[in-house]
Amino acid sequence: MSLLKYESQQREPLVGGNKNYHQVTEDIISPIEMKPSKLWYIGFYISVGLLLFGAYSVYREVTYGIGQWNVNKTIGWGWDITNFVWWVGIGHAGTLISAILLLFRQGWRTGVNRAAEAMTIFAVMCAGQFPIWHMGRVWMAFFVLPYPNSRGPLWVNFNSPLLWDVFAISTYFTVSLLFWYSGLLPDLATVRDRAKTKLRKLLYGVASFGWTGSTKHWQRHESLSLVLAGLSTPLVLSVHTIVSFDFATSIVPGWHTTIFPPYFVAGAIFSGFAMVQTLLIVVRKVMGLEDYITLGHIEAMNKVIVLTGSIVGCAYLTELFIAWYGQNPYEWYAFSQNRANLFSPYGWSYWLMMFCNVVSPQLFWSRKLRRNITVTFFMSIVVNIGMWYERFVIIVTSIYRDFLPSSWSTYYSPSIWEIGFYLGTFGLFFTCFFLFAKYFPVIAVAEIKSILKTTGETYKAKMTEVEKKDADKFYIEEVEHAH
Amino acid sequence: MAGGIKKFVVGSFDDEAVLFPAVKNVRKQGYKIHDVYTPFPIHGLDHALGLRETSIHTAGFIYAITGTTTALSFMSWVFTKDWPLNIGGKPHFALPAWIPITFELTVLFSAVGMVLTFCYLCQLSPFVKKHHFHARATDDLFVMAIECTDKTNDEEVQSFLQKAGAKEINIQHAETGWWIGRYDREQKLYKEEKGY
Repeated sequence: MSLLKYESQQREPLVGGNKNYHQVTEDIISPIEMKPSKLWYIGFYISVGLLLFGAYSVYREVTYGIGQWNVNKTIGWGWDITNFVWWVGIGHAGTLISAILLLFRQGWRTGVNRAAEAMTIFAVMCAGQFPIWHMGRVWMAFFVLPYPNSRGPLWVNFNSPLLWDVFAISTYFTVSLLFWYSGLLPDLATVRDRAKTKLRKLLYGVASFGWTGSTKHWQRHESLSLVLAGLSTPLVLSVHTIVSFDFATSIVPGWHTTIFPPYFVAGAIFSGFAMVQTLLIVVRKVMGLEDYITLGHIEAMNKVIVLTGSIVGCAYLTELFIAWYGQNPYEWYAFSQNRANLFSPYGWSYWLMMFCNVVSPQLFWSRKLRRNITVTFFMSIVVNIGMWYERFVIIVTSIYRDFLPSSWSTYYSPSIWEIGFYLGTFGLFFTCFFLFAKYFPVIAVAEIKSILKTTGETYKAKMTEVEKKDADKFYIEEVEHAH
Repeated sequence: MAGGIKKFVVGSFDDEAVLFPAVKNVRKQGYKIHDVYTPFPIHGLDHALGLRETSIHTAGFIYAITGTTTALSFMSWVFTKDWPLNIGGKPHFALPAWIPITFELTVLFSAVGMVLTFCYLCQLSPFVKKHHFHARATDDLFVMAIECTDKTNDEEVQSFLQKAGAKEINIQHAETGWWIGRYDREQKLYKEEKGY
C-alpha cells in the first residue's frame, strides 16, 4: 500500500459489505457458473425475437430497395442516420468511464467500467449497421475502403467527412475491443482457474490466452492500459466530432454550425451515461451486485448526466441565439420556423427534445433524487428519448424544407420496416448484452480487488485508526513499506 | 518457448502487506525469485522484485508515428500523384482535410501494435499453456516461486518462507516455458523424468 492509494474517510466506500478477495471472486464469477435465471431466458428470447424482426426488415430493404423506408429525396437520412448517431453517442460513455476516468484516477470507475465498455462495443456494432444498410446496394460496401482497384484505381475521397466516419468508427470499434479484451484477460483466467467442467476449462482457457498473473505481465498490462486510455481519450472525442462533421461541413441551414463538435460530444456522453444507468440498475438488481455498483456509483454517474445535460442545454441556446444574431435568413428560418415554432409540423419534436435533455436532468441537482433508483431509471429512459429526438430534430427539421420550396417534403414518418430495423438493433444490442452478462465477468474482478483495501467498507473502518496517527510517522512507515 | 524443467520452492501468501517484506527479505538472503503471481496488479511489487521498467509505451509511440506517416504519405500520393482529383477547386494537397484520417490511423496503429507487442512479450495467445504454480493465484493468493539451484538448501528456503508469513509452502518441478495446449487436458512440454 503506497501513499498514493490512501483514501479519505470522508468518501463513502466503493465496495460495500464485509468482503475479502475470495468473496469478490465468488460474488462476480459465480453467476457465470450457475444456470441462468428464468428472467434471463425471457429477456434473451425477446432480444433474439427483435433481432430476427430487424433481420427481416433489413432483408426487405435489401431486396426491394431503400423505398421500403419512407425516406424520400428531400429527407434522405430519416430515421436511419438518426439511429446511427444515437447509437454511436451511446457508446461514448463506456470509453469515458474506462479511459478518461482512468486518467483522472477515479476509483469508482472500477465498479462499472467492464459493463460500460461492453455497452460501447455493442452500441458501435449497432451504429455501424445504419450507414452500411443505408447504402442500398450493400454488396458494394467495400467501395468505401481505399484498396487498389481495377477502376483506375479510383480512390476514395479522403476529403469527405463521410469517409472520415468510416475510419473513425472502425478505429473506435477496434480500439475499444482491444481495450476491453485486454482488461478481460486476467478475469477470464480467474474463471478458468476455478472451472469445474471440462468445457469451461477449455473455453476460458482459450479465451484467457494462458494468463498467469506474473508480476512482469501485470507491469506491462498496467502500462498498456494507461497508454490505451491515453489514446482512447482523444479518440472518443474525435469520433463524435467527426460524426458532427457529417453535418457541420455541409451548407444546410441548421447544420452549418461550428458549435457542433463539442455539442455532439457532450450529448454523446450524456446519452451514454443514461444508457449505462438503464443497464446497470437492472444488472445490479438481477445479479445481486449491489455491493459493487453502489448508490455512490449511481450518484456519480447522475452528476455526469446533470453536467453534460447542462452543457447540451447551453449549446441549444447558443445555437438558437447565433442563428438569430448571425442574420442569415435561411438559418434563422430553420430555427424559428422549422424547430422553435411549436405549431410547425415538427415543432413538437424540438420542444420534446428541449424538455427531455435540458429541463428534466435538472432534477439531479438534488442529492436525494440522484440517489433514488426509481427516479434514476426513469430519467435514464427520458434522457435517451430526448437524445434520440435531438438527432431527429437536427436531421429532419433541417432538411424537410430545403432551399427549393417545390421540393419541400410532405410530413415524414417512418415505415414499419424502418422502425423494424431500429428495433432490430435493440435486439442485437440486448442479445449481445445478455450473452455478455451470462458468460463474462460483468465487473472487473482484478480492478475491484486492487481498490478493495482502500475503499472497501470494512477496510475503511481500519483506516480510521491510521488517520489518528501522526502524519510524519505515517508517511515514513508507508514509504518505507513501499520500497 | 523452451525453458527446461526447474525446481522451485513455492510460497503462497494471503496478504500483500505480508508479501512485500517477504519479497525484500528473500532477495536480501540471495535467493532467486523466479516470479510472483498475483490476482491483481500490486503497485511497487515490480520495483521490489528489481524488474526494470517496461518500454511498451515506447513501442506504442513508434507504432503511432508509423500510422501518422502511413496515412499522410498515402493520401498525399493518391491525391497529388496517382489520381489528382479536382474537388471543388480546392488544392490537391489538402492537409487540413486529412487530419481526421491521419489521427485515426495514428491511434489505430498504436493500439493494435501495442496489444500485439504485449501479447508477444507475455506469450499470450489462445491455446498457449504454461505451468501454474497455484490455481488460486488468480483468485486470492500471492504466489512466490523461488528457483532452486544445486547449491540451494530447500529445507532452509521453506523454513525461511514459513517465517516470512507464507500460508502454504511446497516444492514443485515445473517447466518454465510455454507450450501449445488446452486447459481441459493435462499436457506438458517435457516428459516427466525419473527422479523427480
